[in-house]
Amino acid sequence: MRRKLNKAAVPLIQVKDLRKSYEDGAPVLKGVSINIEEGDLVSIIGPSGCGKSTFLRCLNCLEYIDSGTITIAGVTVSRSVEDEEQDRDFDKKFLEACHKMRQEVGMVFQSFNLFPHKTVLENIMLAPMVVKHVKEDVARKTGIELLAKVGLADFADKYPATMSGGQTQRAAIARALAMNPKVMLYDEPTSALDPELVGEVLQVMKNLDQEGMTQVIVTHQMKFARDASDYIVFMHGGEIVEKEDGDVLFTQPKDERTKNFLRHLNGVIA
Amino acid sequence: MKRVRLLLCAIIALFVCAFSASAEDKPVLKWGGDSEGNVPYMFMEPDSENKHMIGFEIDIVNALAERMGMTPQFVHNGWDNLIPGLNLGLYDIALSGLEITPEHQEEVDFSLPYYKTFLQLVVQKGNPAKINSLEDCVGKRVGTLKQSYAFFQLVEAGVDEIRTYDNEINAYQDMAHDRLDAVLMDSPIAIFYAGFNTDLEFVGKPIGEILYGIPVRKGNSELLDKLNKALVSIRDDGTLRGIYDRWNMWTPVMADFFHDETPAKFGPDRFNAWAEYQRKGLTWKQRFDRYVSFLPTFGKASIVTLKVSVCAMALAIALGLILAVTRLFAPKFLSRIATGYIEVVRGTPVLIQLFFIFYGLPNIGLKLTPFWAGVIGLGINYAAYEAENYRAGLMAVPRAQMEGALALGMTKREALRYVVIPQAVRVSLPPVTNDFISLLKDSSLVSMITLIDLTKAYGQLANTYYDYFGIGIMVAIIYFLIGLPFVRLARYTERRLAVAIQGNRGSKHGRDTTLRPASYHN
Repeated sequence: MRRKLNKAAVPLIQVKDLRKSYEDGAPVLKGVSINIEEGDLVSIIGPSGCGKSTFLRCLNCLEYIDSGTITIAGVTVSRSVEDEEQDRDFDKKFLEACHKMRQEVGMVFQSFNLFPHKTVLENIMLAPMVVKHVKEDVARKTGIELLAKVGLADFADKYPATMSGGQTQRAAIARALAMNPKVMLYDEPTSALDPELVGEVLQVMKNLDQEGMTQVIVTHQMKFARDASDYIVFMHGGEIVEKEDGDVLFTQPKDERTKNFLRHLNGVIA
Repeated sequence: MKRVRLLLCAIIALFVCAFSASAEDKPVLKWGGDSEGNVPYMFMEPDSENKHMIGFEIDIVNALAERMGMTPQFVHNGWDNLIPGLNLGLYDIALSGLEITPEHQEEVDFSLPYYKTFLQLVVQKGNPAKINSLEDCVGKRVGTLKQSYAFFQLVEAGVDEIRTYDNEINAYQDMAHDRLDAVLMDSPIAIFYAGFNTDLEFVGKPIGEILYGIPVRKGNSELLDKLNKALVSIRDDGTLRGIYDRWNMWTPVMADFFHDETPAKFGPDRFNAWAEYQRKGLTWKQRFDRYVSFLPTFGKASIVTLKVSVCAMALAIALGLILAVTRLFAPKFLSRIATGYIEVVRGTPVLIQLFFIFYGLPNIGLKLTPFWAGVIGLGINYAAYEAENYRAGLMAVPRAQMEGALALGMTKREALRYVVIPQAVRVSLPPVTNDFISLLKDSSLVSMITLIDLTKAYGQLANTYYDYFGIGIMVAIIYFLIGLPFVRLARYTERRLAVAIQGNRGSKHGRDTTLRPASYHN
């Protein structure tokens, strides 16, 4: 299942020197650069506060970057001090680019964020109809197919509040897929789930990987990260410390910070 | 949406019907008066089926209009506002016991006086407070009508405990209940209201001098001339005297004033009808029949109340939503404007806003009908409250919902429309319902800008029948019943939205969905 690193094609995701600070000025991302190939499944791990979630949210423009360049599937979001000074319409163009970027990227949240006032099927149909003006019957057909794909064929008319966390998260994945994204991002998708429900969500992600979907996952599921990922990115203090094959990273970490992190985890993973 | 639009069309059609006036051949003489002006000035005929207004001033207007070759058309306005309303052009003359005073003459021109009278002191039977003159009133509790000539006489006499009333019945009743030592009012009022009350008695000599005149707008000399000619004509041919005779209002003061010492040509039949009516005790059956006979009057008034409330609420809901969204999501500059609007409008009394819109805006050329002034006044006021209700609702929707929608490629506007606002509505619904009921009752304020709504109708009937208690309960029930369907509708909508949000698993198992600890939907 695992593919080799360093494929020859143009990387689907290119991130260059991404910087981001909180409003109070504390830096979160201190120049992050990474290329991710099409079809890769990448896990990002690291201690809390290391900026991994912020990094992921930047890829979907749910956080606006301070500077740097992100290119995903040909859409570029870029920002620098010079740009802002020279281009009077910069803000407008930047927001437009962000909006375009979000259409290429699907996002799954720790807290699911399904719309509680709509049924599962309506949740899936809404964005295609509103954003892409897909006809209702087409959206419905796609929605039902996607629900079947994530194993929720019988849940179309349920409201999110009536479902388990695992079911809800699978529905959220189906909802993101309905927009036909080039990339799927997951922000700790299983952290809010009871342990026995984690597997069903991870299984959906594994299936998507086999279909060739490019996926980036911020996770604490070390076993999953190690087994399913093409490679793991370890972040610490707003920087990428190591980018390595799972087995290698867990058995022969190079950096002291990685070693430290794994030492703390010892006993948690098998 | 379609249904809402249909409803709006229906409402608009209703107004068009309500406002299309019937054609008249003769020129119309629009005259203003206080329909709660009371006996004998203007009041609802107690025993008639169709509840029309009678009074000596109505007789005078009819006589005058006939001489002027015009058709009288009555416009109701509160007594306090008769002169502002005249200057606003709501009507061209006004008759409601308006005294010719220097203060009034600054605002309007008066016709020749049509009646001269004086103030009458009335005290409790046996005169326990030993009051026989204005001077005796000092240190005593004295009641009168607010802003009346009597009030200023009391102030001048140095009476420090003056209680002012909106209507005469309450003043005399309060004295019967020993809350007042004396009441000072225009003599006709005293005769008609206190004269039949065996617990009260008249004391002292006539006080002061009151001249009733008919105001016209300053500079409207053509109408004033016509009016004065008609007035002299009905005085000289005895028509006016006849009216006063029939109402038992011909007094030595009047005989002196009109230089007419001849004996009466008419009996006081109008007065006697009233006196007869006052003496009559009522059986329960009669009382019930009387209340039933009020229903058409209250029905008409309810429609005014409902129309004003529903239109104002529609405005408030729409404007409130715009304000709330602007305040939360618009650029800072616009957001500040919305916040400022909310603070200012919420922080000032709605009555003053109504007066401002109705009487103030015409100064800058913006003239609204009473109905629309009422709708807009109440609407923009309640919009400020609705905006805050929506803001609470919008803020109650987790930020994650907005993020979820944005992550799916929606714009902020789309996210608001399809995801955030539908959820916010549910949260806002209970306080919005609350405000609608509140608005329904606040709509009684439109009676201050000449509309005859439920509260006004209540005032008219209660004054005529001397019955604040029974009619009051009746009106309270009507308000309650009008509000009830809206409350039910809101509850129903709330429940439906709640089912959507919390799912329907409970009902499937035959369990009450709402019985969950920590549930908002109970």
